[in-house]
Amino acid sequence: MAKPKVAFYWCASCGGCEETVVDLAEDILKVVAAVDIALWPVAIDIKLKDVQAWKPGDVAVAFINGAVRLSEQEEWVKLLREKCSLIVAFGSCAHIGGIPGLANATTKEQIFANKYHLSPTINNPNGTVPQEHSKVDNYDLELPFFWKDVKTLDQVIDVDYYLPGCPPPPNLVAEAVNAILEGKLPPKGSVLAPEKALCESCPRNETKPDDLTIASFKRVSTSTPDPEKCFLAEGYLCMGPATRSGCGERCINGNMPCRGCFGPTPDALDAGLKLLSAIASRGKADTTESSQVLADSLADPLGTLYRFSLPASLLRRRLVDLHENS
Amino acid sequence: MISLTIDGNVVEVEEGSTVLQAAQKLGIEIPTLCHHKSLLPYGACRVCLVELEYSWGTQIQASCTYPAQDGLVVNTASERVLKTRKIMVELLLARCPEVAPVKQLAEQMDIKEVRFPKKNEDCILCGQCVRVCEERMGIGAVNFVNRGREKKIAPAYDRHSPICMACGACQVVCPADCVDLSKITKRTLRPIPLAFDEGLSGRPSIYVPFAQAVPNVPVIDTNTCMYFQKGTCQACQEFCEADAIDFDQEDKVEEVEVGAIIVATGFELFDSSEIFRYGYGRLDNVINSLEFERISHASGPTGGKIFTKDGREPQAVAILHCIGSRDENYHEYCSRVCCMYSLKFAHLVKEKTEAEVYNLYIDMRAFGKGYEEFYKRVLGEGVHFIRGKCAEVTDVPETDEEKGKLIVIAEDTLLGLTRRLPVDMVILSSALIPGSDSDKLSKILGLNCSKGGFYLEKHPKLAPVDAISDGIFLAGACQGPKDIPDSVAQGAAAAAGALSLIDKGKVILEPITAEINEERCSGCQLCIANCPYAAIDYDEEKRVSVVTEELCKGCGTCVAGCPSGAAHQKNFEDEQIFSEIEGILA
Repeated sequence: MAKPKVAFYWCASCGGCEETVVDLAEDILKVVAAVDIALWPVAIDIKLKDVQAWKPGDVAVAFINGAVRLSEQEEWVKLLREKCSLIVAFGSCAHIGGIPGLANATTKEQIFANKYHLSPTINNPNGTVPQEHSKVDNYDLELPFFWKDVKTLDQVIDVDYYLPGCPPPPNLVAEAVNAILEGKLPPKGSVLAPEKALCESCPRNETKPDDLTIASFKRVSTSTPDPEKCFLAEGYLCMGPATRSGCGERCINGNMPCRGCFGPTPDALDAGLKLLSAIASRGKADTTESSQVLADSLADPLGTLYRFSLPASLLRRRLVDLHENS
Repeated sequence: MISLTIDGNVVEVEEGSTVLQAAQKLGIEIPTLCHHKSLLPYGACRVCLVELEYSWGTQIQASCTYPAQDGLVVNTASERVLKTRKIMVELLLARCPEVAPVKQLAEQMDIKEVRFPKKNEDCILCGQCVRVCEERMGIGAVNFVNRGREKKIAPAYDRHSPICMACGACQVVCPADCVDLSKITKRTLRPIPLAFDEGLSGRPSIYVPFAQAVPNVPVIDTNTCMYFQKGTCQACQEFCEADAIDFDQEDKVEEVEVGAIIVATGFELFDSSEIFRYGYGRLDNVINSLEFERISHASGPTGGKIFTKDGREPQAVAILHCIGSRDENYHEYCSRVCCMYSLKFAHLVKEKTEAEVYNLYIDMRAFGKGYEEFYKRVLGEGVHFIRGKCAEVTDVPETDEEKGKLIVIAEDTLLGLTRRLPVDMVILSSALIPGSDSDKLSKILGLNCSKGGFYLEKHPKLAPVDAISDGIFLAGACQGPKDIPDSVAQGAAAAAGALSLIDKGKVILEPITAEINEERCSGCQLCIANCPYAAIDYDEEKRVSVVTEELCKGCGTCVAGCPSGAAHQKNFEDEQIFSEIEGILA
């Protein structure tokens, strides 16, 4: 029996998810022994036309990481959806938008202005900006179109499973691969990680006081958290209570509060909103002054509460003038 | 056991007992001066002399030190005994004519004239102070010095003793009441303030908190008791005839399961020193209402006599209403009870002294049954009522008349004049405020607080004694300032509410309650602090939060605040709301 074929693809991502495949270490040999890698742009040179030549169902599963921003990425993922039996959104960006999703806090125009004109390190006297079509030395060059929003994978194509995390931890990847190979798959649309929030497995949960109150928020950039205590109890904004567990508490063990890369729990529609309402109810805001102190101390609420999940949230993006962003 | 005969009665005592103890067992009274139950026998004063009969004749001995012997025959009231005792007391009286117990003995023995050279000493040289310091406290800060005529009791080198702990035991035992601790110790004397007397009087380390205490038994203050602090003393054990002193007893927390809770934690008095200009805590004779209450009380530190701090009867007294209440800088609410107790104070001062009394008020609120009548009566007693809030109390005089007085400055709004009233005593009718730990209790019981910090009732008219959580009732000033009749009425209502709940044995629940999906709860416990009804507990075993359905009111706070969405409200799901929104937008 022929080995099942597997595809890896990347969209708007940093490459860290590719790294996690490599992080399987020796286990990668087991994967290679069990499957054929049909597509892996980071490692194998396969062209679009090769993939177009595949028959639907030829490839058992495609692991796609990264959010979708460019027309090229959209074209590729739609093609992979057509050719592959299963699509797994791999990592935070594909799952909930990830760090690239924070671009939804601004506009395409602003991004281009910063990138090509305003940034102090830019030397662009002619004001050149990338064009979809251009002619260089008689060659017609084409660049993909840059959509106005960053989208999660499931906002573009139908996704079967999600592997959360930035990047997904190797043990979850290995479990997912095994489950696919053995055909022991959960219902479609499942996130292949535990269902409870991170507090469940957090070693610091026991130190959380009964009457947790936050008078003002602290930042890890300006103070060092106690290595034993619950971050929220100390005033560090920790996404743990609203974030799915299964990450192996990597940040917590590094004395960093949870940043929320695993996304919301199955019952929560919007992790940022959920955590905001949870901490707002525990904030010390009995007077106008104290609530002002509390609000002022929370630096960049959008970027903090939606660090990984802005495109997948109820907000999706910061509201901008639609005419300006057409 | 040995048996001896005292005044013809045979008595059996344990070996090692003294003749005095044997006599006391028989109920025969022998006068003593230097003897103290908690100290070793000493035999200094010779007042307890008895006559011992032997085959060869009789002998006079001090009964407090003489050991009881088998077959001993003792006379405690023979002519010789009485005569010798009389001489002893006469000698003592010659030395200390003003000392109360000596005078008393002399009176009992009908001594009118003293035939010895007279002195006027305070100290009878009984040595009890020396012995208590040495034997009980293990210190020995004072001792006898010199001999003969020069003999006296003093610390070493007649200097303030560095080893004296200022425990005051010598002062307590001294029958002549002549110990001046400030001349003995190097330490600053700090009497232990009696809380019930607002710190106006001191108390021992073992004490009954106040006359009506329940249970009405003494307690030991381990922070000041010499036994708990230094392992010495234990004198109280000697005194207690019931042998009830138990140093091993410890505070314990008892958990009681109950069907209803009545919160009746009362109030605290506003700290008037917060308002600097009234001089409370800064100027002598500016006192608050509770302090005056103790001063004027028959069982208080002055025995009910109204005195200024230096013991004079005041010639003028000002009573300032609304201190800290009806004041937007402190507490906006009216404390309700102050007008009436201020009237009572005015009446008491009038009744007990000749003083002029000034009541400075904003509005006179005599709202209760018989209150207006009382107001009229006090008006008729010649109390001055000045409508105007006091601006300042000062001790800086402007005229000779004001020298040595407290001057109350206020605008008399009815006369349209600024007045300066020289008085000897200022009573501040301070606000009633919520207990300083009422916040803590409100968190434990899930009580809500109204503006001002008093506990909030379920409904001001329809459920004035119910707390928001079922099974919890409020009574008295913890719910808001109120006077005794109102507190009693509310207490009775709360008791009836609790009884009706317990009597029924069942409760009717709201259908819409919250529940927490234990499959999804991460045990972050944020909901527990959020629940206003204390209806959520943490299950240590399953490590999840659990809603007690009986207590849940379905307010939804936990649902909104649950960061992982594990808390749900029955019949109020997110999906329903989204469907509604979709329906509207469709």
